[in-house]
Amino acid sequence: MTDEERSKLQRLRAWLSQARYFVEEAYSVRYRSTIARARRDEEDLFMLLVFAEMMGVPNPATYYTLELQPLLLERFHEWHIRMGMEHSPLENFRCC
Amino acid sequence: MSAIVVAIVGIGAMALGYFIYSKFIAEKVFQLDPNFRTPAHEFEDGVDFVPTNRYILWGHHFTSVAGAAPIVGPAIAVIWGWVPAFLWVVLGTIFFAGVHDAGAIWASVRNRARSIGAVTGDVVGARARSLFMIVIFLVLLMVNAVFAVVIAGLLIQFPSSVVPVWGAILVALIVGQAIYRLKLNLLWVTIIGVVALYAMVIIGPSVPISLPEKVLGLPTNAQWIVLLFVYAAIASMLPVWMLLQPRDYINGIQLFIGLGILYLSILIANPTVVAPAFNANVPEGTPSLIPLLFVTIACGAISGFHGLVSSGTTSKQINKETDIRFVGYFGAIGEGMLALASILAATAGIATLADWQGLYSKFGAGGVGAFVNGGAAIVANGVGLSSEISATLLTVMAVLFAGTTMDTGVRLQRYILQEWGEIYNLSFLKNGMVATLVAIGTCVALAFGAGGLDGSGGLLIWPLFGTTNQLLAGLTLLVITVMLARLGRPVWYTLAPLTFLLVMTISALLIQLGGFYKSGNWFLLVLDLIILAAAILVALESASTLAKQLREKRGVETQA
Repeated sequence: MTDEERSKLQRLRAWLSQARYFVEEAYSVRYRSTIARARRDEEDLFMLLVFAEMMGVPNPATYYTLELQPLLLERFHEWHIRMGMEHSPLENFRCC
Repeated sequence: MSAIVVAIVGIGAMALGYFIYSKFIAEKVFQLDPNFRTPAHEFEDGVDFVPTNRYILWGHHFTSVAGAAPIVGPAIAVIWGWVPAFLWVVLGTIFFAGVHDAGAIWASVRNRARSIGAVTGDVVGARARSLFMIVIFLVLLMVNAVFAVVIAGLLIQFPSSVVPVWGAILVALIVGQAIYRLKLNLLWVTIIGVVALYAMVIIGPSVPISLPEKVLGLPTNAQWIVLLFVYAAIASMLPVWMLLQPRDYINGIQLFIGLGILYLSILIANPTVVAPAFNANVPEGTPSLIPLLFVTIACGAISGFHGLVSSGTTSKQINKETDIRFVGYFGAIGEGMLALASILAATAGIATLADWQGLYSKFGAGGVGAFVNGGAAIVANGVGLSSEISATLLTVMAVLFAGTTMDTGVRLQRYILQEWGEIYNLSFLKNGMVATLVAIGTCVALAFGAGGLDGSGGLLIWPLFGTTNQLLAGLTLLVITVMLARLGRPVWYTLAPLTFLLVMTISALLIQLGGFYKSGNWFLLVLDLIILAAAILVALESASTLAKQLREKRGVETQA
């Protein structure tokens, strides 16, 4: 392969990736918010499951969900802010 | 008259509108500021507020606002001759639609990207806000009913389109699964999806499908209308990624391909406009041109529906305030071009004047059928497809537009009903399923109530739909005008269109009222009265708000 061919190939690749970007944006832009909101709702449910015991809801899987709590720490902050609570609502789970 | 000349004059005028008039509006009236922190940046959350590339946003905005309405309206309105329709589309796009659409985005961006209904509540008052919700509901109700009737008519008139039209839904379902479940490369999925859609268009004529003449006492038209609403109900309740998202996407691509094919064919075939410039002998029963022309063509000249899209989603994604000119004004021009294509198809695609008069034998008769027939003849001559395939292609284009508008319309209607359920504490209305059924029920009642079980009266609603749409545009223009007045900017560029629209819609409503009374159509008479009441309220609201604004301004001046 000569240099010229290689540079042509490179330009083609760049063009393809640009086209892909536009196509993907065009596909997602219209329903981005609807889908993001649906995903957020699902994650809120998951959050509720993980912190169920602390809120007084018996959860038979607590033994397993306990392990997940630290992993959710970052999202936990975002969640309680979004829910209109400035600080963590849970007594034994401090956030900020 | 050569169609190429008409197309060039129209597109040229719209281009001048974009380069000169919209620049003036953007710089001198709205005074768009590239350094203004738009809501997309201020409230960026990755969900609703996302700064978006302006070309992508334009594509989204344009495909959201362009539906079947800019095809149907002009295709009906050429009954008065092609010149009035042409002038209203071109001048309306330049001086009305562009300013309205860009203005709606601007008003929303300057008010934390809230919807134009909410902005109305702040700027004009709570009464105007309730009025806004009612008018929106009426628009959606009529658009769904009318489009169901239009689609049913097309599917019967062109049985070859049944397979591609319903096949497009199948393609969309598969695309949705391929992208969300299988995570395939979108570029390839797109290409395969579009090829599959057009393959069905080519196969369509060899597998025409017609429904039986009577099922359970329902004529063919009614069967299609019922089927369409069953579909719309299901579609509006499925998760959006499954059907609506891929459907809108494929539809958007199809819109660009369709427009391209039509204009290319006009350029190659150069058909002659056979319809008269001004139709002196209109069929009996055709209402007078003024004011009915201005409500028959709503989308394509000015449409209040655009304000909903502009303020609902577009304004939350505007990256820089100066992008508003391109996204809003050029979006309106895209729609104007679609309306222009529809005028050309319905006037230049027909072989002789006698044929044309045969198609337009009474008011509302030609319409979208003339668009398909005329457009098919042009495409057949232009790019050399067989006339059957061309007709299928254009039918699919019109039906897919109308269909996606219906999907979205039913969904929006459901949201409004659910909101009313919240406001008035009606717990049953809050349920999504119940709200959808109520929405569908009202649409079906309207589709059949207007003209009996065969749904033939559905198109009688068309001018009423246009009227309501213009009222909505009037409300949005009122909000923009009040905002401009408060900022001490020139108000004439929005006040003049507002006044014009109100005069035309109210006189159109009065004329139609007389018509419905004469023909004894009490159902539509009542509907007309409701819209008339809304129109008068809008006019009073406009007058009182602007008068108050003027008094305040005088008060400030005398104090100073």
